[in-house]
Amino acid sequence: MTTLITAVGNISVEEGTRSTVRNAVRPGILPAPGAKLWVPACLVGRLVPGRGVAVLLPGGAQAAVFLLPNGMIYAIENLDPYSGAAVLSRGLTGDRTGEPTVASPLLKQVFSLRTGAALDDPCVTLPTYAVRVQHGTVKVGVPLP
Amino acid sequence: MSTTTESPTDAGTRTVVVVGHGMVGHRFVEALRSRDTESTWKVVVLSEEAEAAYDRVGLSSYIGTWDRASLALGGNTYDGDDLVDLRLGTRAEHVDRDARTVTTSSGELIAYDSLVLATGSHPFVPPVPGHDSAGCFVYRTLDDLDGIRTAAEAAIERAAAKGREANGLVVGGGLLGLEAANALRLLGLTPHVVEFAPRLMPLQVDDGGGAVLEGLISSLGVQVHTGAGTSSIAAQDDGRLAVELSDGTALLTDLVVFSAGVRPSDGVARAAGLDVGERGGVVTDLTCRTNDENVWAVGEVAAVEGRCYGLVAPGYTMAEVVADRLLGGEATFPGADLSTKLKLLGVDVASFGDAMATTPGALEIVHTDATKGTYAKVVVSDDAKTLLGGILVGDASAYTTLKAYVGREVPGDPGALVSPAGAELGADALPDDAVICSCNNVTKGSICSAIADGSCDLAAIKGCTNAGTTCGGCLPTVKKLLVDSGVELSKALCEHFEQSRAELFEIVASTGIRTFSALVARHGTGTGCEICKPTVASILASTSSDHVLDGEQAALQDSNDHFLANLQKNGTYSVVPRMPGGEVTADQLIVIGQLAKDFGLYVKVTGGQRIDLFGARVEQLPAIWQRLVDVGMESGQAYGKSLRTVKSCVGSSWCRYGVQDSVGMAVDLEHRYRGLRSPHKIKFGVSGCARECAEARGKDVGVIATDRGWNLYVCGNGGQTPAHARLLASDLDDETLVRYIDRFLMFYVRTADRLQRTAPWLDALEGGLDHLRAVVCEDSLGIADDLEAAMGRHVEGYRDEWKAVLDDPEKLSRFVSFVNAPEEADPTVAFDESGPRKVPVLLGLPTVREKV
Repeated sequence: MTTLITAVGNISVEEGTRSTVRNAVRPGILPAPGAKLWVPACLVGRLVPGRGVAVLLPGGAQAAVFLLPNGMIYAIENLDPYSGAAVLSRGLTGDRTGEPTVASPLLKQVFSLRTGAALDDPCVTLPTYAVRVQHGTVKVGVPLP
Repeated sequence: MSTTTESPTDAGTRTVVVVGHGMVGHRFVEALRSRDTESTWKVVVLSEEAEAAYDRVGLSSYIGTWDRASLALGGNTYDGDDLVDLRLGTRAEHVDRDARTVTTSSGELIAYDSLVLATGSHPFVPPVPGHDSAGCFVYRTLDDLDGIRTAAEAAIERAAAKGREANGLVVGGGLLGLEAANALRLLGLTPHVVEFAPRLMPLQVDDGGGAVLEGLISSLGVQVHTGAGTSSIAAQDDGRLAVELSDGTALLTDLVVFSAGVRPSDGVARAAGLDVGERGGVVTDLTCRTNDENVWAVGEVAAVEGRCYGLVAPGYTMAEVVADRLLGGEATFPGADLSTKLKLLGVDVASFGDAMATTPGALEIVHTDATKGTYAKVVVSDDAKTLLGGILVGDASAYTTLKAYVGREVPGDPGALVSPAGAELGADALPDDAVICSCNNVTKGSICSAIADGSCDLAAIKGCTNAGTTCGGCLPTVKKLLVDSGVELSKALCEHFEQSRAELFEIVASTGIRTFSALVARHGTGTGCEICKPTVASILASTSSDHVLDGEQAALQDSNDHFLANLQKNGTYSVVPRMPGGEVTADQLIVIGQLAKDFGLYVKVTGGQRIDLFGARVEQLPAIWQRLVDVGMESGQAYGKSLRTVKSCVGSSWCRYGVQDSVGMAVDLEHRYRGLRSPHKIKFGVSGCARECAEARGKDVGVIATDRGWNLYVCGNGGQTPAHARLLASDLDDETLVRYIDRFLMFYVRTADRLQRTAPWLDALEGGLDHLRAVVCEDSLGIADDLEAAMGRHVEGYRDEWKAVLDDPEKLSRFVSFVNAPEEADPTVAFDESGPRKVPVLLGLPTVREKV
């Protein structure tokens, strides 16, 4: 049996056995690599499935954190780039052909929760934040310099 | 042998007893009843669970809704079918094969001609010391989930009192184990998963896929322990459980869920002396018949030629086989496709065909993307031409198409199948015998012929082919086939619902579904969007008196209904106190003025005879409402798809021309219809004489006084395409006027499209104004009582929505700018008061200009 492996990202192209596959993909899986300051947002139970909350980050930035009914938690920039208002946490979530989304509550532009990309505007992508749930507390990862 | 005979010439109705009412048992009854057109069989169903057949595959969706009805399988109570006798909460205790009888837990003796065992399976609990301690659960039934919920809630309370986190441990890292872990997470516990194999989901994915899966799942806060068994469980004095793993790890946990596989529930069959397999299960031949010719086994309890199947699709096939056989058919069990595709904790996992590359000479092509957290592998034959199987983790969108190619020659380079740059295989490229819906074994050919025969929406295709009626995973592909065939799907609300708003209203009204999740699960696809969620929220609000922010409804409300005020461009809100007919006392005006002063609000008189207060931050809204409540006022809907205002002239009490009390009528009408949710906004006007100073003919409902009563005009709109209201009825007394408006509004609420105001609705209404008049004034459809009763319930159930928030600490707690800093005001909100009027200043300047 032969195994051919191709890969992108920070994984080099390798040929070999299955065990190298395992070793190759282990590090650097989500969330993206790099040291983070984990800012506590709230208890998981405080989140309403399908809705978002705004989280004030050190330095005055804001994250919009969403819990989806399937249990996924996402965080993206809270500032709506189309209006300049910090409102994305108040948008409606959903999906577009399976891609989890939030729509701005002001003029309804739709963003991917996974990538931050505006789905109808290839030029616009919002920053996203890593999220972890630790001891029942949702935390937002702010990359450390 | 017994005295009855199975000869087809026997004129009497025969009896089949079905033991077990799970998904497969229910499918068997449906299959038999739909094919047995001559009514030759009477069916008795014994169900140990008190719940009629429900969607056990979707068990986890019970969490959060806690609504048992939302999981019920369609038609599971056989209402109106006299030939099916469903006995819930009744166990089959004993089978006497010689006498052909079943003894039930209630002591009854039921004679059968044929017996179908559909008893399913039960969770395997490994015999570790302490496995039966309090706090140990399995994950199989609705009752199990209720038990886990109660224990989780108690654990969280206990943990909070001690200042620690509550956690739960799942024994088993297969697909059910991960579902259970997600359940614990949703209940607020930190989940641990213990899996004996060196990777998660060992049956479905390989090491590479398992590693990606573990990475994705760990990043969601699940603690994964692979390669470890559970050695012992011991109850502690503080109510927790001490769990020791075989690798030496010791954990303290609040509860344990066993999800380490299932065993066939073959106890009754064993006792009756039927052949059982080495590892359990009632042995049958390929017709699903046991060693007793009158006894059949289907689903998880059946060991067809010695092999048990733990998936629903093969169980359904067995049910169909037995139904066919009982009616004299020749069907046999064709074997099963063990492919699986699931979403676990939001992570897609799919495995199909020869996923583990066991075929001699098989080649594997793997693509992993560490940045996206995806793993894709296809297994091809040694000449790299034929697709044999594959594994997808993180993104399984290619599953349906890839699976249909299993066993076939792949067009082009097989590596392209898993490469993101590679060409995507479209549904149009598939051959006709490719299976699209594997749950119900429906091929592309049968779907295409259903479309050719006139099925022109998803519902019709589901109805005539059964495609997409189980897991729904193939629906995007089915829809693609529909679109490719040139069918127009114009009335679809959005990509999640093929139905129009009016059809959804009918579904909600007739099925009693009360949650979006249940509605989208049973009648739509996906998770919804900014179009269908507010539409469904509106329908739910129009059909009950729940608060719009109650439960799951809170997640459906659009911008303004979400915070019960008007969202303005800088993220602040405006508040418009209710002022029916524009009537206001001096004291109320003083309160409003003082409010504006204290909160620094910009004040403007609206076109609807009200006062708009602009610039309130979200955390200020409750305080503003409280001040209104304190003086007996309430905030009002200047937002939402709902009744806005009833405008009026001063009428006969002051005006020397007035012939009726228009202010009094306006106040009564606004109080009657306030809070009513509708397809679009609704405005009223009431004029006290024919001079029409209230401009009532520009409103959806216009009431104009005559010397003998009121003339009722309907379907006038301002906006982009203004339309004058048209006369519906003349010289009505007060009571008839109100009755006609009740009927008119409810008829509109039920039948209009999303965002269709009354004027275009009337234009589109077949029969136009005459038809509307016949429905409202002459009750031509016989629905007037129903419409009036519905409005009666709305009026009866009305509560001050804003005060209800003040009275509910949980709802109130959502009114903050920042969840982690409730005292902080949003620093991006600022105003400029240097000019003639206060205006918002955007600190976070727009970085994108909307294209004009």
